[in-house]
Amino acid sequence: MTSPTTAARHLLPLDDRARPEAPALLLQPEDDPCAVPAGDVPVIGIAFPRFRDGRGYSLARILRERGFAGDLRAVGDVTVDQLLFLARAGFSSVAPDRPIAPEAAAAALARYPVPYQRGRPGEAVVWERRQAAAGGGGR
Amino acid sequence: MYLYDEWDQALVDARVEEFRDQVARRLSGALDEDHFKPLRLKNGLYLQLHAYMLRVAIPYGTLSATQMRMLAHVARRYDRGYGHFTTRQNIQFNWIKLEEAPDVLADLAKVGMHAMQTSGNCIRNISADQYAGAAADEVEDPRPWAELLRQWSTLHPEFSYLPRKFKIAFTGAARDRAAIRLHDIGYRLVRRSDDGALGFEVYAGGGMGRTPMVAPLLAEFVPAGELLSHAEAILRVYNRFGRRDNIHKARIKILVAALGPDRFREQVEAEHAHLRTLGIDPPPEEIARIRARFRTPAFEAGLADTVPEGPAAYQAWVRRQVVAHRVPGYRIVNVSLKPVGGIPGDATAAQMEAIADLAERFAHDEIRVTHAQNLVLPHVPARHLPEVWARLAAAGLAEANLDLATDVIACPGLDYCTLANARSIPVAQRISERLAPIAEALGELKIKISGCINACGHHHAGHIGVLGVDRKGVENYQLMLGGSGAEDTSLAEILGPGFDGEGIVDAVETVARTYLDQRNPGERFLDTVRRLGLGPFREAVYGPSGARRAA
Repeated sequence: MTSPTTAARHLLPLDDRARPEAPALLLQPEDDPCAVPAGDVPVIGIAFPRFRDGRGYSLARILRERGFAGDLRAVGDVTVDQLLFLARAGFSSVAPDRPIAPEAAAAALARYPVPYQRGRPGEAVVWERRQAAAGGGGR
Repeated sequence: MYLYDEWDQALVDARVEEFRDQVARRLSGALDEDHFKPLRLKNGLYLQLHAYMLRVAIPYGTLSATQMRMLAHVARRYDRGYGHFTTRQNIQFNWIKLEEAPDVLADLAKVGMHAMQTSGNCIRNISADQYAGAAADEVEDPRPWAELLRQWSTLHPEFSYLPRKFKIAFTGAARDRAAIRLHDIGYRLVRRSDDGALGFEVYAGGGMGRTPMVAPLLAEFVPAGELLSHAEAILRVYNRFGRRDNIHKARIKILVAALGPDRFREQVEAEHAHLRTLGIDPPPEEIARIRARFRTPAFEAGLADTVPEGPAAYQAWVRRQVVAHRVPGYRIVNVSLKPVGGIPGDATAAQMEAIADLAERFAHDEIRVTHAQNLVLPHVPARHLPEVWARLAAAGLAEANLDLATDVIACPGLDYCTLANARSIPVAQRISERLAPIAEALGELKIKISGCINACGHHHAGHIGVLGVDRKGVENYQLMLGGSGAEDTSLAEILGPGFDGEGIVDAVETVARTYLDQRNPGERFLDTVRRLGLGPFREAVYGPSGARRAA
């Protein structure tokens, strides 16, 4: 765990938990999210040194499952093609190495209508939609 | 097959549009190849030696006639008139243009097909027993559970950037036709004897490749209703702690072996205890819905359980290719894609259409792809067998060689693949031609050939395995004996020094003839090797002094 040395150049909010300030904590992929004093920190960053390293997705989910309600920020080598995964894993903002156009981000986040697996709180999973449709007299 | 509903269809349609956008950005230069590569791989698009190759997912190896016809269309319209069925029960098209790849995916989406996650470091297409739903030795059809897991694994937010690829296989039968212990996770559907509850025996950490391992038992019984949360626990432990510093040590088998099965199990169980409380598992209604959308055929009851007589070639085909079905009066028909001297697993567009017609007219509209690169018509009324045979023969598909020495598995090898060190296909063709005259005498003999250490040709699981390597710029073939991907899983052992492309064919024949000399009555090749060890085979191949050096 380290303190970030530079403020992110680009900041893209993913939902309304996003905050403007720099993260007080920056977790590296190998860090233990259970050691984080989550309650005291408004913004936690999770580093993506390379976009192929997917450990940050598990760290994010674990932090959210443990009740962290602040801004969770993906920092580093993330592009528009990872945004939906990031958002659904619990990230609320992104500080990418290269800027992501807000319109492209919005399109990527809205592309898939219904997820096949449990993700964000309050987000219906496909079987809930199916049941609702069946209970409501079909399509 | 599982029939898509509107949500399934919406997802594949959205995927096509996403990929069309990604390809456009790549072609315009907005995306560099480094960032595009994992995106195209997750849509099954590889850059091979001569062209792009598209690997289309065939979940648990199940196809309808309509889907098979679409594969024929893709072969004709976008490829060179044929496709290659693979050891993961998928199909690969070898001559695809990048600009046309989104159109291919759009055509496939029209029939509920896609190429999602057939490559890349994610959960790959899920394979299953090719006789699922038809086998007489099955607790229940495991495919609805495989479909549930397919949906769960599709675009999973946490597990789309794993340390390495991740392969899952299902069976519901006592006989293992899916090689479940040679997968990252292998599931066997079981019914608990004391209360009749349905659940899974779970194996984790098996695999072939550079470091072959037989998966240890992770859990004796996971309640079927907790399949997803338990899988999520396994994947979370792997995603966090699997190695990422060395691509050759990144598969889950390395993690399981490093921790030991007991510590790995403790971690998974601790994670599962937490995850099972989070609503990850769907209610029973969802699995019932999926099961219903598999449209189990309306089998006729009370059919005579007899097979019609016919000419000698037909009788020989029935003996070799046709096996028992769970419903009296029905049979499972294996369709060989292994003509002697042919390319294992290749089928022309016309052959795909012939199979589709047969499935529709005689076999309840179902086709399966096997990991041995053959096809199956799982539900054929026995009274139709003569006509099915005649039509297969007319399409060049009536070879009677299931599990014989000519039923060779081979990866595409250096004829297509950028990873390959040696050609596999020509070696498979020559071995098939050489052993054809004695194939019936040899009986069950599974020969599996890979053109590199990644083992797509499953050489570790071959009764006879052949591994092509590059030795100082020359193709060299190692010979291995004694592997099995069945319920008696074992890994083949290297016999001795390798051979050139001709020498390997001679060596395989020598091994086969040694078996004929040494076997006990009725003993399979594999059992003779297990009884005698490699010694007699080594001596036959290398001579007495060579055998000592090789031992």
